Amino acid sequence: MSQLISTEAALKAYHDMLLIRRFEERAAQLYGMGLIAGFCHLYIGQEAIVVGIQSVLKSGDSVITAYREHGHMLVCGMDPKGVMAELTGRKDGYSKGKGGSMHMFSREKNFYGGHGIVGAQVPIGTGLAFAHKYKKDQGVCIAYMGDGASNQGQVYESYNMAALWKLPVVYIIENNKYGMGTSVERSSAGPNYYGRGQGWNIPGEKVDGMELLDIIEASKRAVEHARSGKGPYILELDTYRYRGHSMSDPAKYRSKDEVEGIKINRDPIDHFKTYMTKILKITEDQVKVIENEIKTVVLEAVEFAKASPEPDLSELYTDILKEEVPFA
Amino acid sequence: MLNSNHLEIPMLPHPLTSMTVREALRDAMTEEMHRDLTVFLLGEEVAEYNGAYKVSQGLLDTFGPERVIDTPITEHGFAGLGVGAAFGGLRPIIEFMTFNFSMQAIDQIINSAAKTLYMSGGQMGCPIVFRGPNGAASRVGAQHSHCFASWYAHCPGLKVISPYSAGDAKALLKAAIRDPNPVIFLEHELLYGHHFDDVSTDPEHILPIGKAYIRRKGKDVTLTAFSMMVGKALEAAEILADLGIEAEVIDLRSLRPLDVETITQSVMKTNRLVSIEESWPFAGIGSEIAALMMEQAFDYLDAPVVRVTGADVPMPYAANLESLALPQVDTIVEAAKKVCYRS
Ligand SMILES: Cc1ncc(C[n+]2csc(CCOP(=O)(O)OP(=O)(O)O)c2C)c(N)n1
Ligand SMILES: [Mg+2]
Repeated sequence: MSQLISTEAALKAYHDMLLIRRFEERAAQLYGMGLIAGFCHLYIGQEAIVVGIQSVLKSGDSVITAYREHGHMLVCGMDPKGVMAELTGRKDGYSKGKGGSMHMFSREKNFYGGHGIVGAQVPIGTGLAFAHKYKKDQGVCIAYMGDGASNQGQVYESYNMAALWKLPVVYIIENNKYGMGTSVERSSAGPNYYGRGQGWNIPGEKVDGMELLDIIEASKRAVEHARSGKGPYILELDTYRYRGHSMSDPAKYRSKDEVEGIKINRDPIDHFKTYMTKILKITEDQVKVIENEIKTVVLEAVEFAKASPEPDLSELYTDILKEEVPFA
Repeated sequence: MLNSNHLEIPMLPHPLTSMTVREALRDAMTEEMHRDLTVFLLGEEVAEYNGAYKVSQGLLDTFGPERVIDTPITEHGFAGLGVGAAFGGLRPIIEFMTFNFSMQAIDQIINSAAKTLYMSGGQMGCPIVFRGPNGAASRVGAQHSHCFASWYAHCPGLKVISPYSAGDAKALLKAAIRDPNPVIFLEHELLYGHHFDDVSTDPEHILPIGKAYIRRKGKDVTLTAFSMMVGKALEAAEILADLGIEAEVIDLRSLRPLDVETITQSVMKTNRLVSIEESWPFAGIGSEIAALMMEQAFDYLDAPVVRVTGADVPMPYAANLESLALPQVDTIVEAAKKVCYRS
């Protein structure tokens, strides 16, 4: 195998994937302790996707996804402390505690949420792409969705408009085989999601979503296509979520063997670590440094999220409308 | 029928001119698009066809296809696209051919446009206008004849405007476009062609959102209405005057925020209230006003509030039934007499 990634980039990618995993493992613990409540959808198993795609973006590109978004935020450079504090519903969370796991945003990092209505992020992302084109800022929008979301009518409304107006948007379908308890076989007739843009001549590719290097290669093509003014591009990432749909899901709709088989044979972090040590000759010590650093960052985030106070009661009635006087 | 004799013209420091509501709306968009390059118009038939109701006449010629954009028939999709464009720093005006079709998009309007500022702790403002004709049209049956004012007014995070006169339509649409929040701007097909001589020619004249306007002063009974029904209320007031009842007619203009202060002051003076709207009675604008007056002016009411509304049925097609289903001048007169204990 030739060297497809620099050592520096590899270390960063490994760091980012592992950060997501360790961060969410801790979040699950906090959930068990009652510090996080409500819905909390973990990304564990799918980490390579967002890390790979994000690595080819430029500053100014915009990102939007649904509710399984902790990983996307961490890789966009949002502060783990602010994310964890939002999970615990505290005032120092990204949404001051008013959004929760599913609803976080960062204008600064061009992360546009964090949306709880399955599929709704797709036209919104198409609109972000519209804004990039309108402003001629060379930006691209990455709009993520699940296999379940891909059956929403508004996705096809978006494909049509994006192709019609050649909008700079890459649609990422994270096919993790299930929408809640419904397998893709039971939800989708002809589940080649990457080919569903054919009617509009939108190019699409299926990519192994557990192999970081494959993802980086494909997203380079996709993002370049969108940025060069040729319109939208679809990537379907073949992946798997290890945990239940959300914290309360015992995931009885799939067998233990199925889950364990993927963890053993296809784990994206293990695979990439093997590549790093075998091909890039990165040492165990170098890996350890990263792992220790992440341990500290996650612990600090947890401490921060526990210590941050609940939002002031006066926050109930803030942020409903922007109060700026429009007469400027 | 809706001539300007009824109107108390607001005192403005600059010249007023006469035009139709349709032209006033077009001028508002034209002026704002000249002023702010991030403002654009998007919807079905808005560009090459010049608008299904010709409201956007000439805008394509003036601003070109990058800013006046025909969409496919895809309300859910283009409403969401508008929300994304607003998040991305633009100021979209999204036209619904009529608000009936906004039902396809209501998820994006409520769940994405209205709630995201709150869910983001104040980060994600959504400066967008959803506009188009709302309310009863003529002889088009149940799916094309429906007022959605109370649906949208129900929702925190939105502003909801429904003007009557051309001058208000222009000044309030300009305010809506400049507002940093999502605004639902409810027009009325049957008013588009009406002339009013209250339109300001000053491109900087805009009205604050949330202020009602007393179109006729009176001491005996308060009539609240918005959009098309303001005209009916003013006609009813003429008839009532002949009967010796002086009605005060409040044009609500904005439904969220609602100008509770103006209504309350009026009710404290007249002690009687009739609310008028085209929509269904259950949980309507009138229900809200009745509840508010019970809370704020209970001791001043000399009679129970009466709600004049559309009938609690899908809009019928037959001419006689349609007319029966909608508030008429007679119904308003009867309601006013009732709260004044006159028969
Ligand atoms: C419009 C809508 N319908 C139903 C739901 C409930 N729901 C939440 S997640 C989900 C499954 C979505 O699956 P998928 O798109 O594959 O994403 P994944 O959870 O696998 O990441 C459903 C049905 C919802 N949030 N929104
Ligand atoms: Mg899925």
